[in-house]
Amino acid sequence: MNINTDNFQQDFFQLFELQPRFAIDVAALDQRFRDLQSQVHPDKFSHLSESEQRLSMQWSTRINEGYQTLRSPLARGRYLLSLQGVDTQEETNTAMPLDFLMQQMEWREALQEAIEAKNVDALDGLSDNNRRETKLLQQQLGVQIDESHDMLAAAGSVRKLRFLEKLAEEISSAYDELDS
Amino acid sequence: MALLQISEPGLSAAPHQHRLAVGIDLGTTNSLVATVRNGISVVLNDDAGIALLPSVVRYLAEGAAQVGVAAQAVQSVDPQNTIVSVKRFMGRGLKDVGEVVDLPYRFVDSPGMLQLRTVAGVKSPVEVSAEILKVLRDRAERSLGGDLVGAVITVPAYFDDAQRQATKDAAKLAGLNVLRLLNEPTAAAIAYGLDNAAEGVYAVYDLGGGTFDISILRLSKGVFEVLATNGDSALGGDDFDQRIYCWILENAELSQLSANDTRLLLTYARAAKEQLTDHAQTQITAVLSGDKVVNVTLTREDFYAMTQNLLARTMQPTRRALRDAGLSGDDIKGVVMVGGSTRMPQVQRAVQEFFKQTPLTNLDPDKVVALGAAIQANVLAGNRSADDWLLLDVIPLSLGIETMGGLTEKIIPRNTTIPSARAQEFTTYKDGQTAMSIHVVQGERELVVDCRSLAKFELRGIPAMVAGSARIRVTYQVDADGLLSVSAREMTSGVESAVTIKPSYGLSEGDITRMLQDGNQYARDDMQARALREQQTEAGQLLEAVENALQQDGATLLDTASQTRIRSSMDALHNVLNGNDHLAIKRAVEALNQATVSFAQARMDQSVSHALKGHNMSELEN
Repeated sequence: MNINTDNFQQDFFQLFELQPRFAIDVAALDQRFRDLQSQVHPDKFSHLSESEQRLSMQWSTRINEGYQTLRSPLARGRYLLSLQGVDTQEETNTAMPLDFLMQQMEWREALQEAIEAKNVDALDGLSDNNRRETKLLQQQLGVQIDESHDMLAAAGSVRKLRFLEKLAEEISSAYDELDS
Repeated sequence: MALLQISEPGLSAAPHQHRLAVGIDLGTTNSLVATVRNGISVVLNDDAGIALLPSVVRYLAEGAAQVGVAAQAVQSVDPQNTIVSVKRFMGRGLKDVGEVVDLPYRFVDSPGMLQLRTVAGVKSPVEVSAEILKVLRDRAERSLGGDLVGAVITVPAYFDDAQRQATKDAAKLAGLNVLRLLNEPTAAAIAYGLDNAAEGVYAVYDLGGGTFDISILRLSKGVFEVLATNGDSALGGDDFDQRIYCWILENAELSQLSANDTRLLLTYARAAKEQLTDHAQTQITAVLSGDKVVNVTLTREDFYAMTQNLLARTMQPTRRALRDAGLSGDDIKGVVMVGGSTRMPQVQRAVQEFFKQTPLTNLDPDKVVALGAAIQANVLAGNRSADDWLLLDVIPLSLGIETMGGLTEKIIPRNTTIPSARAQEFTTYKDGQTAMSIHVVQGERELVVDCRSLAKFELRGIPAMVAGSARIRVTYQVDADGLLSVSAREMTSGVESAVTIKPSYGLSEGDITRMLQDGNQYARDDMQARALREQQTEAGQLLEAVENALQQDGATLLDTASQTRIRSSMDALHNVLNGNDHLAIKRAVEALNQATVSFAQARMDQSVSHALKGHNMSELEN
């Protein structure tokens, strides 16, 4: 079944009643998320008609998707760019500034060494560095989108952030590996 | 929207009856059923006043089954036909179940899920579990004096799709309408949260008979948000028994025991474990076949030492869950203990050391899950309670797809809030390729062989094109029970074909129907009568729901013609409702459902609009 009602076609910012900006009020987002789910979650419809149950699952799924998109700075930045028709080319555009690539290679080597040496302290250090760098890039992305409106530069920051996110995932599985 | 103030929850024109709904904890060792009575969640006892039903099923030669204490009493006399801890086999193949060599069963390997050969024939774990659920359903219906509208069945949070599907099948086979599969730690949190009005981040440490779960939840203003979950679906109290059993073998210099002796010693091992909760040491005395006497003394220190690595195995998932939630032990406001195995002093000590706080044990760890499930069942059945709350649960394991080279590509990562849907596009590998094989897997590992295979299907009819130019969109949808369905669609050049699959293990819908009909539990007439009653109950609920909806929103959201159309579908249903043709009722229910589709959309849309405007719209959804 297709949903053609107005609310369902709103973009995520409209859905959560937020300005389409990178800088958002996270507490307001959390609150709206809970208010919306309180209205549409399947648990509220399990004793109602089939059509209401199906709609409820579609709505609840969409609100979860919207929340996850806006809650994560990287996904939010990517989404803002897509609303403006800018493709972040994360799969295709691999041209990265040399200094960034060098640093990434260094960190990846450090990760491998930490795994081989089963060195949790080294992982902690790497994790801290990655988090710090991620924070800086997120701030940069915010300025590019909200202030200087430089969408091409913003797309570049999104690509870098995707690298850092992948590294964070690898660090996380390295912790799992060292733990078992 | 002035009209919205007209009706309040519970004050609708057709005040509904209290709908009978239960929560069932289908445990490895014991199972329970609970319900909400006069606003309070209570566990229902059997005729002898006992709440815990041992999850033990014994099959007799004529095909009947004994369940509970009676079966437990003879487990060492008739070990091959008496199935203990069947939960460990749910949704599992023979190769998944460790230490089967020590179990006295005659296993039959079959695709998807193992089976067990008994005097009553080959039984699947789903059928064995259904026997337990039937006893609980009968207990509830007798105790509550009516048919159940439905049940919430709890599952370990770390159960994968196969294990969840098997549990749902077992409930269906037992004639239960499953309102929701609910994660056990979440159920426990509901029971604690509502009792203690807790706010903050809590950990639920759930060590049951055969499974271990850890969940990290944020409780805030009536919203239970699961942040992360982890665990080990093959670690529990049974493993502690097993350690004692092995210790007895070693100390009494035994080898090559018969099935009866194995079962007997496992029973003594469990008793010894329980003794050591309150005593510094315990004596184990048993007479085996051939009058061989075993007499050994086990001290607490020895027991602690031999089980230390089992405790360590619970701490790995605990650290992972905290990491996934982005938290450390210091952020945890309280640790809720669930499961009979948390009574062991060494478990409590280990948890206390890890979280640096005394764990919460004020609710009975054996009952807390069923109590929470009953509270949720009461809400899902539509018996609204004054304090409204919301559960936001997650999937425990990542869902992925096999790509070239046997690698896993994750589509929905673990700890994603459900319901959830994700789509990803794939392309062809060879020129002129017209079919694509889609392999759905669950797990965290990079190689497909290390993950659990959930389903395989083929998408055919892809137009022949150059490699890499077809676009196949694969969509994963996980519902609120944590169950997955997958569809694939070819999107180029207007050609579209879609396949939707639901991973299923061992039992198809047809198998379940056949088993229900074959069951010696009901005579055929009873089956018919039951089907009619169920259909009438469902129809009655639907009529009531639509009537309420029309009274609340009919005038504002529908034109006269649409209202008339819905009314006439309702009349049609009314006309057949009290007859005895359950198929006619079913058809009329479907017609009414169809007639209300766009009304339902409009109502949903209105709810969302109002949530955005910050109104409290609880009066809308009765």
